[in-house]
Amino acid sequence: MALHTEHEIHRRRRSRNVGLGLVLIAFVVLVFALTIVKVQSGDMMEGFDHQPRVSELPREEPASQEPATEAAPAVTAAPEDSQ
Amino acid sequence: MADIHTYEGAPEAEFGDYVALLKPRVMSLVVFTAFVGLWIAPVHVHPFVAFCAVLFIALGGGASGALNMWYDADIDAVMRRTAGRPIPAGRVARPEALAVGLALSGLSVMMLGLVANWFAAGFLAFTIFFYAVVYTIWLKRSTPQNIVIGGAAGAFPPMIGWACATGGISLESVLMFALIFFWTPPHFWALALFMKEDYHKAGVPMLTVTHGRAATRRHIFAYTLVLAPFAIWLGLTSVGGAFYMAVSVLLNALFILGGWRILKRDEVAAEADGYGVEKRYFKLSLYYLFLHFLALLVQHWIGGGW
Repeated sequence: MALHTEHEIHRRRRSRNVGLGLVLIAFVVLVFALTIVKVQSGDMMEGFDHQPRVSELPREEPASQEPATEAAPAVTAAPEDSQ
Repeated sequence: MADIHTYEGAPEAEFGDYVALLKPRVMSLVVFTAFVGLWIAPVHVHPFVAFCAVLFIALGGGASGALNMWYDADIDAVMRRTAGRPIPAGRVARPEALAVGLALSGLSVMMLGLVANWFAAGFLAFTIFFYAVVYTIWLKRSTPQNIVIGGAAGAFPPMIGWACATGGISLESVLMFALIFFWTPPHFWALALFMKEDYHKAGVPMLTVTHGRAATRRHIFAYTLVLAPFAIWLGLTSVGGAFYMAVSVLLNALFILGGWRILKRDEVAAEADGYGVEKRYFKLSLYYLFLHFLALLVQHWIGGGW
């Protein structure tokens, strides 16, 4: 019997190898695309780095300058709270 | 004997066998309900982030399926419905299924944390733990209420989806949980009435065996009555509306009617027509859940709330 005869077991092995290869490629593409989306959507990218930074401080309420319009700060603050 | 048959008998899986370990059909329910939970939440999520979140929730569900098959290989080998699964069929070794289950559990939880938020990831980890340990290892073989407990694991995905968007839990997501939780027992017990699997031989206490088939019929009807208020209540929240309510009232009326018909039959009548009523009820239960979640999606599209 010729040695190069393909046994059924080789077909199963190939299916496993090709399948795993495709899954890994898909995973890499997925993580890359996710990175692009996350960066473009402007999520907070900076983490804690042992000392406070201005960009990490909570935004100040601009209310103190104009006591006449007390309702305004609450309205402008709303979009930030919802995220 | 060294001939071409030397390889015979060695379990060598193909790719599809590993996919089968993840229970793709159960996964389809997880994908759909998790997606609805995520999409109808009041916080907008980027479509690609939503896609990734649902993917990794589904992968977590698949991982718990693999852990279930790892532990239940002895039961699966005995029952006709499950004898063809990769482990009892001898194509995948048990330790391999355990490795796949644990690896995918870790991967799906980590990735969901990175894609969405760590609350949702923790929730997914809890769901996998609940299904694999609390249900499969602990309670499935010790109580005839096992279906009720297993149903909780299947009911978490819309809550996880909701948590991906909002980062928390709210009344709407708890009611979506209740909808699947109370739907599962009547759905599965109707199947148990006409499938007549040999659970007893497999050592699984099934309600039809431990308490009898008449008691199972009473249980089915009782659960349909408990289920209806939760389905209607969901329609009164921020994700509900007139369309959802109309669909829900109709479906619950049909479901209670079907449960009543099952209650009023005995085994002689059921044997006579080949379990026709039970089979129709089972089919209705599939539509019941699918159409409820579809109605939520449509309601969100046309504008939720009252």
